[in-house]
Amino acid sequence: MSITIDQINKNFGGFQALKNVSLDIPEGQLTALLGPSGSGKTTLLRIIAGLESSDSGRILFGGDDVSQLHVRDRNIGFVFQHYALFRHLTVAENIAFGLESLPKKQRPSKQEIRQRVAKLLEMIQLPELAKRYPAQLSGGQKQRVALARALATQPRILLLDEPFGALDAKVRKDLRRWLRALHDEYHFTSIFVTHDQEEALELSDQVVVMSQGQVEQVNSPTGLYARPESRFVFDFLGHVNVLSGLVKGQKLVQGDAWVSLPGVRHDQEAQLYLRPHEVQLSRSPAAKARLPLRIEAISLIGSEVRIELAPEGWQSDEIWEIGMSHAEFARQNPTRGELWYAVPDVGHLFVADSVQPRTIDWQYTEAANASNM
Amino acid sequence: MSTSAQAGVAPVRRLGRRSKRVLPGFGLSLGISLFFVSLVLLLPMTGLVVETSGMTWDQFWFTITDPRVVESYKVTLWTALAASLFNGLFGLLLAWVLVRYEFPGKRIVDAVVDLPFALPTAVAGITLATLFSQNGWYGQWLAKIGLEVAFTPLGIVVAMAFTSIPFVVRTVQPVLEELSPADEEAAVSLGASDGRVFRKVIFPSLWPALVTGIALSFTRSLGEFGAIIFIAGNTPYVSEVTSLMIFIRLQEYDYAAASAIASLVLLASLILLFSINLWQGRYLRRLEGR
Repeated sequence: MSITIDQINKNFGGFQALKNVSLDIPEGQLTALLGPSGSGKTTLLRIIAGLESSDSGRILFGGDDVSQLHVRDRNIGFVFQHYALFRHLTVAENIAFGLESLPKKQRPSKQEIRQRVAKLLEMIQLPELAKRYPAQLSGGQKQRVALARALATQPRILLLDEPFGALDAKVRKDLRRWLRALHDEYHFTSIFVTHDQEEALELSDQVVVMSQGQVEQVNSPTGLYARPESRFVFDFLGHVNVLSGLVKGQKLVQGDAWVSLPGVRHDQEAQLYLRPHEVQLSRSPAAKARLPLRIEAISLIGSEVRIELAPEGWQSDEIWEIGMSHAEFARQNPTRGELWYAVPDVGHLFVADSVQPRTIDWQYTEAANASNM
Repeated sequence: MSTSAQAGVAPVRRLGRRSKRVLPGFGLSLGISLFFVSLVLLLPMTGLVVETSGMTWDQFWFTITDPRVVESYKVTLWTALAASLFNGLFGLLLAWVLVRYEFPGKRIVDAVVDLPFALPTAVAGITLATLFSQNGWYGQWLAKIGLEVAFTPLGIVVAMAFTSIPFVVRTVQPVLEELSPADEEAAVSLGASDGRVFRKVIFPSLWPALVTGIALSFTRSLGEFGAIIFIAGNTPYVSEVTSLMIFIRLQEYDYAAASAIASLVLLASLILLFSINLWQGRYLRRLEGR
């Protein structure tokens, strides 16, 4: 069941939570609503569910307008951030709740409900916990039960509000993988809200980045990461190093730092965005850039060594981060306090007030220059 | 022998170390509390027992099974039950309205709920008697439909309900406030009707508090005196409550008989409160997963 969101507006008092949001959620896909708190992502999810009403606009499920339909008639499964399990009911009773809420004519027999619950318990891999009460479960188990409860009535659409937000890192990763597998098996249309870019990129088929009540960008995780379309998306998808300065004579200059920018108009403000993996470190400046930085900290944990650097002789709002492979690290042996130079491979240039960046690939331009000579 | 001596010494030393608690003043605060509890509660209760113990068993039995007294038990029990059940319904409604809706004057209504606690019960009794008497504001209308409240057992119910309504409201209110809206939303998203949401989700969280409120209201009503005697009419065998019987025995300088009846009321209240506590403890343990 596909979902169409058509020009939704929502105000809370004087605060505009959603500004004319339109969006298409394709059938059978797992879509992430990604954004910082206050971006309107949870409000949008609640409006899709019918837990909140919009001031204007329409919600369509598979072409049918459901805007005026009550939550209980929308046939959606909703999973809450803090599980919202009924604490006076056992796990099995919780899962059976939706089936027992069906109108008499559609309600399966007691026997059948018991079988369906047993099957769902198998699915969430917790059959031995049927008779426990929610308070006796761990966070991860509670979230699985909440999922089984939401799926019991076989909804067309599954909506999840920060489903892993309250769990610790290890359980979170397990549950993420498990949800992905579940989704691939059952193929319902799902939307989940998250503020964790890693979670959104890892889990979803499509990511919707939201900011201040508006959709910033919609793309597949790969597409989104490869081509962020705005400063906001850049900032939100992990760390980014920024050099902001003035373009002078084919160069972006600020203090002692500069980067060559072939083919950019003279005398305008510009920001160059460089992601940690798009920059290399060298002990001497290169022909295309001179970005002196002093090493502040080195973090060895992970598949890559992460080096934090502070600008030397120029300014940056945030500290710079550059990734380096362990092999490279062993060869170069950078140590804290040393002066190094950043050499960009690929960068994203925002000129003056333009919203969209221009991607610059120095390796490519250098190769082109070399072959021209 | 030497081992037992050692065993006797070791716990003392450990106790000494244990006394270095993070929160200071445990001994002092507990001591003062226990002393005060004894002074205010236990000592008078003991006095009651001592006073009663002057009687022989036969005298005791004769006093508490006097037909007029037995009739007063019946009147007190059914009126208290009716009053507390009424309060259960109305108090729940009041608490619900106060927690769930916003309306002008809400804070005033919230404050007025405590009025029965603040008002001297005798004042309440006189006011109610005036309102419900044959030509009172309410009484004249009720008389037209053949309902007599003042100077009948019904008046006792009214007085009891009035003086004990805050118990239900004030025990249910905080629980209602703490209910997570997500639970109700979850139930609705699973297709439950409003009635089912109330029965299956809201009420189960609410009813331990509601039962406690009703029980408190009931025990309070069992002992209510001031408000009742002005409106009850106090007709022997019809509208006399047990607390009035105690008062009558006291007026007759029959202190032993008064204490005998009083000890029975005390016993009934204690049993009720303890059983409610036990039951509630078990119910809550389940919710907390212990």
